[in-house]
Amino acid sequence: MKNLPPVAITAIVLVVGFAICAMQFPNIASTRVVANLLTDNAFLGIVATGMTFVIISGGIDLSVGSVIGFTTVFVALAIERLGLPPLIAFAAILLLCAAFGAAMGGVIHAFDLPPFIVTLAGMFLARGASFLLSTESTPITAPIYSTVSDFALRLPGGGRLTVIALIMLAVVVAGALLLQLTRFGVNVYALGGSRVTTALMGIPVGSMTVRIYMLSSVLAGLAGIVFSFYTAAGYSLSAVGVELDTIAAVVIGGTLLTGGQGSVIGTFLGVLIQGLIQTYINFDGTLSSWWTKIATGVLLFAFIALQQAMIAIARRPAASGGAAKP
Amino acid sequence: MMPRLPRRGLAQIFALIVILAVDRAVSPQFFDLRLQDGRLFGSLIDVLNRGTPVALLSLGMVLVIATRGIDLSVGAVMAISGAIAASLADSHGLPLVLAAALSAGVVCGLWNGFLVSVLGIQPIVATLILMVAGRGVAQLITEGRIVTFTSPDLVWFGNGTVLGLPAPVVIATGMLILTGAVVRGSALGLLIEATGGNARASELAGVGTRAMILAVYVWCSVCAALAGVIAAADIMGADANNAGLWLELDAILAVVIGGTSLFGGRFSLVLAVLGALIIQAMNTGILLSGYPPEFNLLVKAVVVIAVLLLQSPRLAGFSGVAGFAARLRGAKA
Repeated sequence: MKNLPPVAITAIVLVVGFAICAMQFPNIASTRVVANLLTDNAFLGIVATGMTFVIISGGIDLSVGSVIGFTTVFVALAIERLGLPPLIAFAAILLLCAAFGAAMGGVIHAFDLPPFIVTLAGMFLARGASFLLSTESTPITAPIYSTVSDFALRLPGGGRLTVIALIMLAVVVAGALLLQLTRFGVNVYALGGSRVTTALMGIPVGSMTVRIYMLSSVLAGLAGIVFSFYTAAGYSLSAVGVELDTIAAVVIGGTLLTGGQGSVIGTFLGVLIQGLIQTYINFDGTLSSWWTKIATGVLLFAFIALQQAMIAIARRPAASGGAAKP
Repeated sequence: MMPRLPRRGLAQIFALIVILAVDRAVSPQFFDLRLQDGRLFGSLIDVLNRGTPVALLSLGMVLVIATRGIDLSVGAVMAISGAIAASLADSHGLPLVLAAALSAGVVCGLWNGFLVSVLGIQPIVATLILMVAGRGVAQLITEGRIVTFTSPDLVWFGNGTVLGLPAPVVIATGMLILTGAVVRGSALGLLIEATGGNARASELAGVGTRAMILAVYVWCSVCAALAGVIAAADIMGADANNAGLWLELDAILAVVIGGTSLFGGRFSLVLAVLGALIIQAMNTGILLSGYPPEFNLLVKAVVVIAVLLLQSPRLAGFSGVAGFAARLRGAKA
């Protein structure tokens, strides 16, 4: 138990949870339900991958939900009102998101401000901007949208692996490779360990911070595009509160909120656990949707308590007198 | 370090005056007050009245932030206490209703404080748990419905008057005076600031930092519970989904506008409440000017950025750990 990495515990929780659900509702154990789980949580998986980088680097990004909302509105208006080709609209919004993330990272680094409050301003800004563009839900009727939603890889057992689920899986794999195999990924871990030490080692902390928040915002933008495929509409109130689900998924996935430790695969499993809770509640039918929030809260607590216990075990000789940490 | 006390607060008062002047420019009758049925009416009173929930929240939040913490769960606590108050209002007497709602606040605060001070969990994360689960708990209490009530005793908390002033304003002022008297009338405020300045050093110097941290989270949740009761009384019902939604962010914003540093170590109750009034004066101004209320978020974003830049350790030559780290990095760059 002591040497078990947090991601293994997440995996065990997922497998045990899935087994319990499948025992109660045998239909859950079908490719159809699993494929739907991936489709329904595609946008969450994408945005959570970006959040994993931010949290491992010791930061937090509260703006992602608003960026998703802004993206859906921007894409819908660009395609429907301005008549832009969808691919150009996608490229434009991703560039815009990159600039937005870079600006937040730049402000965090240049003025030495807490990421929490800077991205909070970003959250207000992006949500406000999407309200300014339109407060109504704009349906998207571009042909690419129906093409994409019609196309799916058929799995044995009737499951349909949709394009957006495939995009999510690709982002998760690419994110995991980026984090584990590149210099960028190593630097992300280093930043989360200690910013000052990282700076003293000669790693460009400023440009790293900018790039990490850029990555998070671009992935939030991509999640927004995926969300617009999912709902075939752009709405300024979409994805309100997604930042909390995202952070919860990352924590349940075993990433340390103080930074320095975590994995993209764990986050992916965390997203699946949240999706599984939702699926279970849908199957049950008598439980109300608010149980999702309570169950997520309980899981969050369990994983955070587990992390604290592991830190305490690791630091046992030092016997620190744990008070509030910054 | 130079004593900065005489200069503190000037910026906030100046900002409030500017915003009120802008409000006056967009709406010429902004400063008009009239007495009707023994109650004052006017935009100024409206600013005070509508600003009450955030002012109450910021009153607790400022103490939490002074210990280097943060409480994200206040909105959810508002929803819980509002749900409890609304469910009990028509079947029980006012004392029991209030006691139940406020004890819910105490329990929530103990939970947050326990996680932060005993388990040593980062405050953002610790309070995130209740922020996520709290609304679910509130919905559990209201069984997913919007619970309405008619009890005149409880409605007074939202719509009553004391000497012509709305009851919420009087309650919030009372809480401000009470908190100020307890915290500044004793060494408690100093000990809270010491805890935020350097928890380890304070602990070694004999400050009961754990008790301090526990106490501020409890107080923060009690303030939130009171705000929840007022919000429920105001609409004569409890909406577990929307009561206090995103108000935690407004409360943090109010505290930051009030000049309290997120790095902890010093705080001002009056300026935090002033911050809440500044936010509300902006909201009311935007409403009166006829711009869509959606502008609120944009204006808030600009204000947060402006205040942050003013508070920035690098710009202000702030000394301490953050400033040291900044200098280190500055030397590298």
